[in-house]
Amino acid sequence: MDKIKREEVPTKILQSLINQETDISVDDTLENEMILNMGPQHPATHGVLRLLLRLDGETVIACVPELGYLHRGYEKMAENMTYYEFIPHTDRLDYLSPLANNVAWVLAVEKLAGIEAPPRAQYIRMMVSEMARIASHLVAIGALAMDVGALTVFLWTLREREKILDIWDILCGARFTNSYTRIGGVANDAQPEVLAKVKWFIEQYEENLDECERLINTNRIFVERMDGVGVISGEDAIQIGFTGPNLRGSGVEFDLRRATPYMFYNDMDFKIPVYKEGDCLARYFVRADETRESVKIIRQILDKMPQGETILNNPKRVLPKKTEIYSKMEELIHDFMIVNFGINPPVGEAYTAVENPKGELGFYLVSQGEGHPWKCKIRSPSMVNLQALPQLVKGHMISDVVAIIGSLDPVMGEADK
Amino acid sequence: MDLKELVTNKLMEKFPEVVFDFSDYRDQLAVTLNKKFIVEVSSFIRDDQDLQFKLCEDVTAIDWARRKNRFTVVYHIMSLKLNSRIRLKADVDESDCSIDSVSSIWKTADWHERETYDMYGINFNNHPDLRRMYMPEEFEYFPLRKEFPLMGIPGSLPLPKKDN
Amino acid sequence: MGLEAKLKEESFFTSTIDALVAWARKSAVWPMPMGISCCAIEMMASGDPKYDIARFGSEVMRFTPRQSDCMIVAGTVTYKMSHVVKKIYDQMPDPKWVIAMGACTSSGGMYRSYPVVQGIDQFLPVDVYLAGCPPRPDNLLNALMQIQEKIGRTKARDFQDRPLPELTVIQNN
Repeated sequence: MDKIKREEVPTKILQSLINQETDISVDDTLENEMILNMGPQHPATHGVLRLLLRLDGETVIACVPELGYLHRGYEKMAENMTYYEFIPHTDRLDYLSPLANNVAWVLAVEKLAGIEAPPRAQYIRMMVSEMARIASHLVAIGALAMDVGALTVFLWTLREREKILDIWDILCGARFTNSYTRIGGVANDAQPEVLAKVKWFIEQYEENLDECERLINTNRIFVERMDGVGVISGEDAIQIGFTGPNLRGSGVEFDLRRATPYMFYNDMDFKIPVYKEGDCLARYFVRADETRESVKIIRQILDKMPQGETILNNPKRVLPKKTEIYSKMEELIHDFMIVNFGINPPVGEAYTAVENPKGELGFYLVSQGEGHPWKCKIRSPSMVNLQALPQLVKGHMISDVVAIIGSLDPVMGEADK
Repeated sequence: MDLKELVTNKLMEKFPEVVFDFSDYRDQLAVTLNKKFIVEVSSFIRDDQDLQFKLCEDVTAIDWARRKNRFTVVYHIMSLKLNSRIRLKADVDESDCSIDSVSSIWKTADWHERETYDMYGINFNNHPDLRRMYMPEEFEYFPLRKEFPLMGIPGSLPLPKKDN
Repeated sequence: MGLEAKLKEESFFTSTIDALVAWARKSAVWPMPMGISCCAIEMMASGDPKYDIARFGSEVMRFTPRQSDCMIVAGTVTYKMSHVVKKIYDQMPDPKWVIAMGACTSSGGMYRSYPVVQGIDQFLPVDVYLAGCPPRPDNLLNALMQIQEKIGRTKARDFQDRPLPELTVIQNN
C-alpha cells in the first residue's frame, strides 16, 4: 500500500485547525490529542459537509468546517445566461423549499427592471412561499429528530410533506424542483382544485403536527440531548450574521417579512415566534411554531385572494402568452427578442432579500444593460449559519456535534452555491 | 429625516477629509469611498447610537474587466434599529490587489472575505485565516474573473482514474 | 404459499447454483446512498411510507460501504467530491453495482461549468442511468427493478477473487 508522508498532505487546513484558540482545559488530559475527520460522506451531516475535529478524548476542542464539495459554479453560470434561463437553477439552491428561491430571484429581477407583478400573482407567490416554508421545516424537524434517535418522527413528517408535494404536482406540473414563477407573475393560474386541496391540507395539518410533537416534546432523551447544547447569545448571533429561525431562537425579534415587507405581508396578521435561550431546543421550537403561523397566513391568503391576471402585460419585459404568440405579429417579435437576447434592464444594481425558511436569501444583481447580469451574488443563509459551527461545538462531545448541525439546519446546495 | 439624509449628514460630519459618493438608485442607499478608510467608516457606522449597522449581510466584489480600477469590493450592512440597509463600495486596482479586512468589526465577514479571495484573488490584510473556500487548495486560478472560461481549464482539477 | 406448499414429505428440487445465488442476491439489494444534493431528497422520499423502497428488498439504507451491494449516486458530483466517491466505491466488497441517479450524474446535467464532472462514468463503471431532474421516486424504483433483472442474469462464476485496489494511507510519525 502506498504511504503518503505528512508533508505531502495539504497543510493549510490542518494548520488552521491547530491554530484555533482553545480556552478549554479538560481534567484528565490524554497525552496527545486526536484529529478526527467527519467526512463529506456521513449520515448525519445534512449533505456534503466536511468537519475536521480536534478531540481530547471525546470532548471537542476545535473544529474547522470545509465546504466546496458541492460548488457548482452558479455565479459564473449566471453571468452567461439570461434572467429567464436562470430560474430553474434557483430551484436547486435550497432544494428543500424550491419555490421560495424562485420567488426571491424573480423579485430581485423585477426590482432591477422596475416592474411589478399583478396582485393575484403576488398572493399566489405568497401562498406558495408559505407552503415551501412548511415543507422545509418539516424536513428540518424530521432530520433533527432522526439524528438524535427518533426515527418515527422522520417518517411522519415526510408523510405530511408528500401531501404538499402532491399539491405542487397539480399546480406547477412537477412535484419537486418546479420553476413556477416567471418574471412578471407566475406561470399559470391556481386552479380551483388546488385551492380546495390547500384548504383541506391546512385543516388537518395542525393535528398531525401535534401528534409528531407529542412523541418528542416531553421525551426525556430528546430534551436532554438538546437542552443547553450549542448556546449562542443574541449579540453573538448578530455578530456572526445569523438570520432566520436561528436568530429568533436566540432572542432577537427580526423577521424580514415585518422589517422590510415585500409582496403583501403588510396585510397579513401573524406573530413572530421568539425564544430566548439560544440552544438547540429553542431553535427546534421556533421552527415548529413557524409552521403554525404559516398555516394562519395561508388561511388569510385563501380568504383575501383577488381575481385577476397572473402575469403582467408588459411586452418589453415579460414573455407574452402562448396563444397570442401564435396568432399576432407583435407578440411573436417580442417573444423572439426576449428569449434570445434577454430582457435588458437599465444599467444599475439592486440587492433584494426575502425571508427564506433557512434565513435571509439575497440576490445582488449588477446590470450593464444587457440581457444577462454582469454580476450575480447569491447571499446564502446556510453558509453564514455554518460559520458559527466552530464557536458552538467547543467544549461539547462528538454526539452533540450532530445535534448542533441538525438544529442549525444547513443545506449544502445553498452553502456551496 | 429619511435614511439617506441621516447617513449623509453623519458621515460628512465625522469624516470631513474623505470623499464620499452617495447614490439612491431604486431606493437603496450606496456609499462609495476610498479603500484606505474602510475600517474607520465601518467601525463608526457600527458603533454610532443612531445608526447601529450591526448585521453584515454580504461581502463581495465586482470585476469590471475594462477600466482602471478593475475590482470593486461591495459590503451590504443591515441595521436592525432602522430596518434598512446600506451598501459600501471601495475600488481596488489590479496592481495593488488588497484591501483591509473588516472581520475585526463584523465577525461574519470572515468567510465572505475568504470566498471573495477564492473567486477573485483579492487579498485581505489582517485577515485571521485567508485560505480558499470552495475550490481545492492546490487550484491556481481565480474562477470568477472575467478571463476564466466557463468550462474551466482542462487539467486544472484532477479526476480519479477509472479501473476496468 | 410459495414453493414450500407444493413440497410433500421427503421431496426435493433441483436447481443450478447460479440460479439460487442470483435469486438470493437480487432479492435483497442493500443500497449505499451516496446522497449529495437534490436527488438525495427524492431518494429519501422513496423510502417514506408512500413509495416504500423496503418492499423491494432494500430494507436498510446502510451508510457504510462495507455492508452494501449497490451504490446510488444521487446528486451533482464535483471534481473535489469525485475522489471521495471513488474511495467509497473502492471500499465496497464485490459484487457491486452502481445506479447513476439523475441528469447530473449521467452527463453533468444542467451544470455545464468548471467544477462539475460531466458524467460519473468518467471514473466509475455505471450499470443503470436514470433520467430526470430529479427523477421521481417511482423512477428510482424502476431502476432498482432493472438492477434486479440484471443481477438475475449473472452467474456465480462471474465474480472471481480480484486483488484489492490500492488504498492510500497517511502515515503519522
